[in-house]
This record gives sequence, structure tokens and C-alpha cells, in this order.
Amino acid sequence: MNQEEQVKLMGLWGSPFSKRVEMVLKLKGIPYEYIEEDVYGNKSPMLLKYNPIHKKVPVLIHNGRSIAESLVIVEYIEDTWKTSHKILPQDPYERAMARFWAKYVDDKVMLAVRKACWGPESEREKEVKEAYEGLKCLEKELGDKLFFGGDTIGFVDIAADFIGYWIGIFQEASGVTIMTAEEFPTLQRWSEDFVGNNFIKEVLPP
Amino acid sequence: MADEVILLDFWPSMFGMRTRIALEEKNVIFDYREQDLWNKSPILLEMNLVHKKIPVLIHNGKPVCESLIQMEYIDEVWPSKTPLLPSDPYQRAHAKFWGDFIDKKVYGSARLIWGAKGEEHEAGKKEFIEIHKTLESELGDKTYFGGETFGYVDIALIGFYSWFEAYEKFGNFSIEVECPKLIAWTKRCVKRESVAKSLPDSEKITKFVPELKEKLGIK
Repeated sequence: MNQEEQVKLMGLWGSPFSKRVEMVLKLKGIPYEYIEEDVYGNKSPMLLKYNPIHKKVPVLIHNGRSIAESLVIVEYIEDTWKTSHKILPQDPYERAMARFWAKYVDDKVMLAVRKACWGPESEREKEVKEAYEGLKCLEKELGDKLFFGGDTIGFVDIAADFIGYWIGIFQEASGVTIMTAEEFPTLQRWSEDFVGNNFIKEVLPP
Repeated sequence: MADEVILLDFWPSMFGMRTRIALEEKNVIFDYREQDLWNKSPILLEMNLVHKKIPVLIHNGKPVCESLIQMEYIDEVWPSKTPLLPSDPYQRAHAKFWGDFIDKKVYGSARLIWGAKGEEHEAGKKEFIEIHKTLESELGDKTYFGGETFGYVDIALIGFYSWFEAYEKFGNFSIEVECPKLIAWTKRCVKRESVAKSLPDSEKITKFVPELKEKLGIK
């Protein structure tokens, strides 16, 4: 059986972390078996076996070995399938910059947006401000580029999938507004291009 | 053209220690510049606009921030000497997973040991011990986390060792009693020149903690 086969992904349909991995698998044309996990209900024995440390999704299983943490998985896919659609640049400095911004999205922006939308009201103003500032920073970093990765979707775009798709839903559901088209024209344009991509569109939740 | 490598750092930072060790492992000559975090220098503010934190690695005028990212960068720029990460993609992913685990878990719980009181302090101590038992289990009977070679995960964790004496004093417990194999691993690591050169004295850190608490406004 060749290396291309035996790829399984344990995921959660609504999770931006899970979708990051699916997006990269699709972009690279890697076939995989998807296994939906009831993460909030009953964690399966398979999940507990393949991610005993965090017991979370996504988990990629390739030839029987598991990898957890979405951005670690994305880099693993990049390292293993050196085929079309490179997710990371070749130059070490550019790679470091991509990793920096992806971490920024994860550690600062996503967390602040989540806290702003779902956290205690007493903290809301502070978290909204932090989320707003974080998004402004990303807007500046994107600048005139089509995608964070340049002409094609790259590591930071994948990491920022939450902004491309989920932020609108969160804002609507929580009634908290952080990112508007008027205040963030660049990110707005980027998110339309991002979710408009055929491979990305294919994996987004309905 | 010779490489110009500058490291903006703060002596007790276990994150800065990672970058120091990585550069030493690669025999890269660098200009270490101590930073005053309560009076941030123009170079720090310019080179880490986003977070204004250390460590900042400046290579030929271009800054790289975040210690684990710096480690990978150092490994990629100086590839011929002492690899820090394995070349096999699965082993690399495994190492990065544990680097991420250390980043997410260790500092937070440790901070509660010296920086918190009562229930929070006890919770931090309990979590710290659990996390280190998990790490000890991952280490197993290997010489280093990567096997026979000292590398990324070892470097990600070893800086915290310089703080162990402080944690033990403020937490009133013995890490060696809880995690003997891990302590044995720390002793192997500090024999390496790169680590010995990069870690400050534990006693100096322990003496520094009250001053740090005052600066941070913690009683």
C-alpha cells in the first residue's frame, strides 16, 4: 500500500482547528478517511488512544501513527507530501514569519474573539478591544497581498480560517461586533477570497 | 559577509535560555544584550513591535520572535551543525507536539507556585507535578527526549530547571521526589556546555523572585 493511503483524520464538523487540516489535505489533493468525533459527548476509545494527552481533535493518523495539534499536523503534511501547493515558504526567515503570524492568530486573536463573544460581561469591553487590536494588526500584515501567503493560500491563511468563516457566525450568535467590513476592508476582502476558493469551500461546514 | 546575530534577552527568562542554548549548540557567535523589561529599549520596541517581549533574535538586522520559532529558524539557517530537530517528518511533528505542550502548560502552573496564594497556589503545584510526571513518562528511559541526541524538546524544557529551586522553595516540595527520572535528565543536560553557559544559577533566580513579585505588583 503506498504512502498516499492510510490517512485518517479524526475531527469535529464545526471546529476551525479540525477544518485547518482538511483544507490542507484538500489543497494538496491527499485522499483521507474522515472520522467524526463526539468530542463534547462521548470521546471514543480511538480518540483516547491516539491523543491521550489532550483528548482533542483534530488528530491525523498516518500509517497507524498519530499526530495532534492542528498547526503541528499541517506542518507534518507539508513535510511528508512535498507535492503541489506549498503551504510554507522555502526561505527560513519567511517561514519564521509565517509561524509567528499563525501563532499570533491562535494565541492572541482567536482567544480574544472567543472571550469577547462568550466570556463574562465584566471582561467584555477589554476583550473586544484586544480582539479589535489583534485583527487590526493582522489587517496591516496582510496589506496589499491577495493572501497572507502571497499569491496562494499559505500557513497563516489556514491558521486564520476562523476569521475567514467563523467570526461572522460568532458575532451574530453572541450579538458582539468586533469585525465589520467598514473597519476591516482588507480582512473582509481576504475572507471573501479565502472562502471562495474551491478547495476551502468544499470543507467548510454548511 | 559575516553573520550578525544579536539576542535581546532577560537573564532569568527560561524562554530566552532556549535561544541561547540553540545558538551555543550551533557554535554561532552572538551579541547578547540584556534588556530591562520595565524600561523597554528602543531596539526591543522596534524589533518586536507586536508583543514587545523577549527573546528577540536579530539576524542580519531582521527580527525573529517567539523562542520555539527561533529554535526552528536557527536549525534551518545553520543546518550542517548539530540538528536540533529530527529530519523524519513524524519525529519532527512529535517533537513539536511536545514543545507546544511545554509552552501551553509549564509556565502557567509554575507561575502559580511562586506568584499565587491559597487555593490557586495549591492548584498550581498539583498541576505542575502532574505535567512533569507526564513529561517524565514521555522521556521514559531515553537519554534525552529525542532519544540519544539532545534537541528541541530538551531545549524547550531545560530552562525551567534553573527555576526548580525557586519552585521547590515557594511550593514546599521536592521535584526530585516526584520526578526522579526527570531530575536525572536535567543533570545530563547541564553537563553540556551549551546548557551550562546559558542557564543562570538557581540561587540567583530564587533570590530574584521576591523582586520580580514586587515589580509585577504581586503580594
